[in-house]
Amino acid sequence: MTTLLAGRTARHPARHPGRFRGLWNASPLTYLTLVAALALSVFPIYWMIIVATRTNSVVADVPPPLLPGGQGADNVGRLFDNPEAYFAKGLLNSAIASAAVTVSTVFFASLAGFAFAKLRFRGRNALLLTIVATMMIPVQMGIIPLYMIMVKLGWQNHLQAVIVPFLVTGFGVFMMRQYADQAIPDELIEAARVDGCSTFGVYWRVVLPALRPAAGVLGLFTFMQTWNEFMWPLAVLSPDNPTVQLSINNLANAYFKDYTLMFAGTSVAILPLLVVFIVFGRQIIGGIMEGAVKA
Amino acid sequence: MTIELRPDRKGPPPAPVRSGPRRAWRARLARLDLRGAPYAFISPFYLVFLVFGAFPLGYTLWVSLHDWELASGTRKFVGLDNYDYLLTDADFWHATVNTLGIFVVATVPQLLLALLAANALNRRMRMPTLFRIGMVAPLVTSTAAVAIVFTQMFDRDWGMVNWALGLAGIDPIAWTTSRGWSWVAIATMVDWRWTGYNALIYLAAMQAIPKDLYEAAAIDGASRIRQFWQITVPMLRPTILFTVIISTIGGLQLFTEPVLFSVGTPNKMDGGPMHQFQTITMYMYDNAFGHDRYGYGATVAWALFLMIIVFSLLNFLAVRRAGGTR
Repeated sequence: MTTLLAGRTARHPARHPGRFRGLWNASPLTYLTLVAALALSVFPIYWMIIVATRTNSVVADVPPPLLPGGQGADNVGRLFDNPEAYFAKGLLNSAIASAAVTVSTVFFASLAGFAFAKLRFRGRNALLLTIVATMMIPVQMGIIPLYMIMVKLGWQNHLQAVIVPFLVTGFGVFMMRQYADQAIPDELIEAARVDGCSTFGVYWRVVLPALRPAAGVLGLFTFMQTWNEFMWPLAVLSPDNPTVQLSINNLANAYFKDYTLMFAGTSVAILPLLVVFIVFGRQIIGGIMEGAVKA
Repeated sequence: MTIELRPDRKGPPPAPVRSGPRRAWRARLARLDLRGAPYAFISPFYLVFLVFGAFPLGYTLWVSLHDWELASGTRKFVGLDNYDYLLTDADFWHATVNTLGIFVVATVPQLLLALLAANALNRRMRMPTLFRIGMVAPLVTSTAAVAIVFTQMFDRDWGMVNWALGLAGIDPIAWTTSRGWSWVAIATMVDWRWTGYNALIYLAAMQAIPKDLYEAAAIDGASRIRQFWQITVPMLRPTILFTVIISTIGGLQLFTEPVLFSVGTPNKMDGGPMHQFQTITMYMYDNAFGHDRYGYGATVAWALFLMIIVFSLLNFLAVRRAGGTR
């Protein structure tokens, strides 16, 4: 991973103006393909909004309506009043869990990444190797003993059960290490030490600010992933103390399929992700594209 | 981004002359900081990983050697009996076939489409950012939300997919009841979500291919299609390998989409009345959390884990060989 600054790759050709003609111009067929792909990408989200803003007859309409209706506020109101969904609680739980996991992951991963990249200590390389190895293990595989641990701790159906096991990930540590390794000159750390900083002081005042771009990307992905988690919360939380994903699952489980209610639920459930996406879209794309270079 | 070369000093100004023992104490503290800080910084990760990552994985093996129920408190060591049972468990192998079937139906078109999309994105064009953002828009929806929306769209009587097929003169398809079609429906949800992600990964790799290669090929008279297959694809081999392995790990653990697709059956872990789209993870979950058979659930978990390793290796070898001579 060379750098995580979004958009870097897009600017890259400009550095070799002479060779820029190597990139073909997009043909009309290319645009057609891309517009079709764009439409397919966006349509299910758009359909979600159409159904969420109409009455239940919408699913039986032929042909299906292609514009949003005026029932959105009404449906969202019914959503929060629904006694089986516990929707407000689900939203709150998801917000708390995602925020806690994100802050903690970014903090501990950058702390460990800094240590691996810039500090000398015995066993550093071997320990780093174990981190890379842990990235291969799917956490979900340990779900049964993880549940047993929660039973022992008395944490079933408590929110910390979906927070504590995910406080920091091997992927995060490795990503921050790669970035710190090339983004922070050793002189900077030496200078801070000469100025009398403790090692943590160096991290807090010098390293963390310099790691901001990578920390931002890690934070975005961690937030999205935690918000999206389904299997583990389903196992350890109960329907009356859900995350937002379990709330919409509660609605989908109802005997009578109230589609406008379900779709209002899914719309509100993805709203925070959509906001994150609209604000940080470029960083997300940069993160994905740089992630490839990592491997 | 500017980097502050001189971090601001918030601490007290340098102390005046210090007495001897005090300075020694400070020196010892500084040495401790230098020696101990690295371990202190990496320890949170190891703590979390040991307790909630490594221990559960190992403990799964231990649990799998037991007849282990939480509700009744049963806990009997049975050795390899669970594994014995697994080998002849028709339900397990049925779920395995489902999982692999969905995986193949999902992954092959997904990666091919991603390659084509990346190739289309790798042009000089207007609004490149718009198209890229559009490609990954599905990624920022939640899996459960997407599964609910697609399940409605795949409804046999009222779904939009069958309506659209009807316009083309095709009879309605029973997406949830037919085994093969249910795989296609679930694979569609997976592909909708992940194709754009893979396309961006391919795009990043394509941008790293030296343009001279194409220029040389063009001079030699190679068509664009030929250049794509003979330059782009071979140069992308490591990246393709990466995406194949990521897809394998994710695909073999498929859970959320089929669970939410199971509308209309009392037990959502069944994967339809005939278990036609029950995946291995659903089977594991159902055994442990649905039927209080934690021992056997752990056995299924280990079988799945081994399967992920084996298939990752197989894919690794397959993609390497498919690459040809190099």
